[in-house]
Amino acid sequence: MTYIAKPKFHHPGLKKNELGYTHRDYEGKISTLCAGCGHDSITASIIEACYELSIEPHRVAKISGIGCSSKTPDYFLGNSHGFNSVHGRMPSVLTGANLANRDLIYLGVSGDGDSASIGFGQFAHSIRRGVNMTYIVENNGVYGLTKGQFSATADRGSKSKKGVTNTDNAIDLVAIALQLGATFVARSFSGDKAQLVPLIAAAIGHKGASFIDVISPCIAFNNHAGSTKSFDYVREHNDAVNRLDVLVGRDPIAVDYAPGTVQVVEQHDGSKIALRKIDADYDPHDRLGAQTFLARHAAKGQIVTGLLYVDPDAEDLHSHLNTVEAPLNTLEADTLCPGSAALDKFNASLR
Amino acid sequence: MKPTDIAAPDYFHKVVDCQWACPAHTPVPEYIRLIAQGRYSDAYMINWKSNVFPGILGRTCDRPCEPACRRGRVEETPVAICRLKRVAADFKDDIKHRLPKPSAKNGKRVAFVGGGPASLTVARDLAPLGYHCTVFDGDPEAGGMMRTQIPKFRLPNSVIDEETGYILNLGVEFKGGHRIESMKALLAEKYDAIFVGSGAPRGRELDIPGRKEAAAHVHIGIDWLSSVSFGHTDKIGKRVIVLGGGNTAMDCCRTARRLGGEDVKVIVRSGFEEMKASPWEKEDAIHEDIPILNFLVPVAFIHDNGKLTGITFQKVKAEYDAKGRRNLVPSGEPDQTLECDDVLVAVGQENAFPWIEQDCGIEFDKWHMPKVDPKTFVSTNPKVFFGGDAAFGPKNIIWAVAQGHDAALSIHKMLSGEDITERPLPEVHVSSQKMGIHEWSYDNDISNDKRFKVPHRDKVIALKDIRTEVELGYDVKLALGEAHRCLNCDVQTVFSTSLCIECDACVDICPMDCITFTENGEETDLRHLLKAPSPHPDQDLYVSSDLKTGRVMVKDEDVCLHCGLCAERCPTGAWDMQKYLIEMTHAGSACPTKSRSAA
Ligand SMILES: Cc1cc2nc3c(=O)[nH]c(=O)nc-3n(C[C@H](O)[C@H](O)[C@H](O)COP(=O)(O)OP(=O)(O)OC[C@H]3O[C@@H](n4cnc5c(N)ncnc54)[C@H](O)[C@@H]3O)c2cc1C
Ligand SMILES: Cc1ncc(C[n+]2csc(CCOP(=O)(O)OP(=O)(O)O)c2C)c(N)n1
Ligand code: SF4
Ligand code: SF4
Ligand code: SF4
Ligand SMILES: [Mg+2]
Repeated sequence: MTYIAKPKFHHPGLKKNELGYTHRDYEGKISTLCAGCGHDSITASIIEACYELSIEPHRVAKISGIGCSSKTPDYFLGNSHGFNSVHGRMPSVLTGANLANRDLIYLGVSGDGDSASIGFGQFAHSIRRGVNMTYIVENNGVYGLTKGQFSATADRGSKSKKGVTNTDNAIDLVAIALQLGATFVARSFSGDKAQLVPLIAAAIGHKGASFIDVISPCIAFNNHAGSTKSFDYVREHNDAVNRLDVLVGRDPIAVDYAPGTVQVVEQHDGSKIALRKIDADYDPHDRLGAQTFLARHAAKGQIVTGLLYVDPDAEDLHSHLNTVEAPLNTLEADTLCPGSAALDKFNASLR
Repeated sequence: MKPTDIAAPDYFHKVVDCQWACPAHTPVPEYIRLIAQGRYSDAYMINWKSNVFPGILGRTCDRPCEPACRRGRVEETPVAICRLKRVAADFKDDIKHRLPKPSAKNGKRVAFVGGGPASLTVARDLAPLGYHCTVFDGDPEAGGMMRTQIPKFRLPNSVIDEETGYILNLGVEFKGGHRIESMKALLAEKYDAIFVGSGAPRGRELDIPGRKEAAAHVHIGIDWLSSVSFGHTDKIGKRVIVLGGGNTAMDCCRTARRLGGEDVKVIVRSGFEEMKASPWEKEDAIHEDIPILNFLVPVAFIHDNGKLTGITFQKVKAEYDAKGRRNLVPSGEPDQTLECDDVLVAVGQENAFPWIEQDCGIEFDKWHMPKVDPKTFVSTNPKVFFGGDAAFGPKNIIWAVAQGHDAALSIHKMLSGEDITERPLPEVHVSSQKMGIHEWSYDNDISNDKRFKVPHRDKVIALKDIRTEVELGYDVKLALGEAHRCLNCDVQTVFSTSLCIECDACVDICPMDCITFTENGEETDLRHLLKAPSPHPDQDLYVSSDLKTGRVMVKDEDVCLHCGLCAERCPTGAWDMQKYLIEMTHAGSACPTKSRSAA
């Protein structure tokens, strides 16, 4: 929180994207979160990814629930559509919006409380239905907005700021997303933009349910010794399986990688993901392998990050339901409501 | 890169671009803040201490600070630093009680040749320390070229009287109308030290055919301007040609417009862009309907039986050789003759020391300039010092002042039996500006306003009387708006490595992308790793020592707005906004603790 507006001036040498925008053009209002909150770095990463993809802001819908994390859509893409829904209800609002208009890019922004506690069911169903969206959980292990109670992602045995030990088992949203069939699954850390920005860009390019769990330290209530979501802890236990670059448009794939270390994944929108392997054994196309890998490393106390699973040929909810392609708001009344004759015919077909 | 040593006084001084560029190192943002607070007298005194002539300089300074001003790298135009100085002078209360008192004499006598800004600065610094200062000037009144050359429509006499008066009232003895004809004789008077501030008094000649014959209507610019100042000359022909492209030419043509010149032209050899005159001087001349013609080289004065009728010019063009040097070569077009009644020759100024004998122990170089040490300003005679235009050729007032301060320090040290090459370091005061979590004791909100124009008097009225000042100066409201444009570059971003948890909050909030956390490297590598390009390698990188992750914090000082958002967003207070006040060492500054060698 600060009292002055962020100055309009920007660095005179800022690069512009294909639309002629600088990254500053993707900002929103000035953040009101605590100074140093990891969520602000995720905001900055979303801004950077949208800038790099030259996304037209009016083509984005940002939808969130309740929490410090869910407040962040106010701080990026000030010229996009937004819906700040009820606690835990972001997935259903997003699903509805997506069904009504598949032409927009859907960014679901949520917290661990919003998605793993009150909204756990909502989260699960939007993932298993394959809604075409980028679902980002800003995961700090606590309910930040309500002053730091443990959330459902807090690790068993981790300590609260006041020294209380958490006795409940943790939900690993990445493991659940994999199990529920998400077709793009990643984990990252708010303090590692080099990893996070391309992950967000790749997730936006993915057609299907993309889920990113971003560990994001709550500076006010969960950044102490004994926490497993603090800057220090995450840095010490971060085990990145890969790094990636997202290549959009005509840019040729950079060739300065050692041969055999790069895997290129082509996405639906024509963009390419160049994956640089760090862990030679890790295969991001193997859902089952990913699940075991995660479980094994979690047991060792490691936080696995990177692009964990991707199915470049995924389908989304619209293709499953065979819905009309045109956004509903572009259809005329007689198309939307073809009349009782059409209804009778339809009912007859079900008899 | 090694961690930046922010304790070195120059490091943060350089960040205050304007102050660093000012030859006298005036604490610019400090006085601009005082103006914004309506504390005009305080703002004036800060200036008075540094640059001695705030009212004069606020109207006439060559303002090297403005091209340096950070604001000019952030938007189109710098802060109007110079004209804000005038605001302090215009709106101050009576400040006489705040000036040093004439003090008991210490028995040492210093003589000054010339009473221009250089000498007066030395006298101002020395008189309060008890030196008996005697200033000799061939002219009746003090001020040097500030009084005799700069036209009254730019600088009224009242301002010169006031500010030279503050100095003479310190008990300085002024002997007007007293030209020094012999250095030998002056040395024989056994002064403890002599300061030569005699300026560069000779206008350069233009020896082309017809010069002698047409002499009655061909005038040397600076002689003509001083003759106008003294009231000996009060008219000129209707058609006037001014030869030359410097500030003297601009003063000549604008003066001519006020003495009866209706068709006044400035004609320069070079291109318009390369003219020496400051852009604003050219603008003012053009505004007064004076065309500036370029690429014309005068080849002959045309006269009719000794009566000037015009000048013939050869047309030239610019050609660049392999090394990029410019040569003016004939363009091949036919010569052009322009008619006129009078010519003002303003093609340069020279030094002349006919009164310094060969055998006074003062050595001259092959260009007939005295050999003067550029840091201590001593000549080869250890008791004789030079400063201002006399030392290194024609410059301007603020350089004369800056050199005067340094020469005064040398004289004081010499007469205190100290080594004059040991130069005390400036005093640096540091103070955090934090008042609350998001509150600072300076105004950190950045104004988006464009530079405010200084109101000018109506042209018709201005041209009627040579004594009518053209610029009216900012009023209080305009001054406040302009003052808010200053970015407070002296309120420094100070980083504490041990407090930083590398949360990226400062990186994310910084509107100018100044801050980067990266692996360390050589400076050139680091400049490529920055978040935003680094087009000004002369602007320093502020590099921390190693952080917990092994990375370093690198801040490009270049376009930082000093908005303090990094410090507001930092959860641990690793960034703080601290005001650095750098006071240059003058003669008699309280016990300086550190020094550096002038060698
Ligand atoms: C037309 C013109 C316009 C200018 N406009 C500006 C401007 O707008 N802004 C700016 O910053 N600068 C301006 N300058 C330059 C500025 O005036 C000088 O750089 C500055 O005055 C130099 O100061 P000084 O003390 O070295 O010498 P000066 O100001 O030249 O003073 C030298 C004094 O020494 C006296 N003197 C010389 N020889 C002797 C002797 N033997 N015995 C006794 N007295 C002697 C002279 O009479 C003179 O009064 C201008 C110059 C000219 C010619
Ligand atoms: C229906 C409902 N129940 C409870 C709350 C109170 N509440 C507000 S925010 C929040 C937790 C948010 O936690 P999380 O999603 O992790 O967000 P964070 O603040 O940690 O980013 C709760 C329980 C609410 N707003 N609405
Ligand atoms: S309470 Fe925690 S999560 Fe909420 S803004 Fe503050 S640091 Fe961020
Ligand atoms: S913005 Fe102000 S402090 Fe900074 S260089 Fe310009 S005048 Fe000086
Ligand atoms: S003061 Fe801090 S936030 Fe503001 S421009 Fe400078 S480095 Fe950036
Ligand atoms: Mg939370």
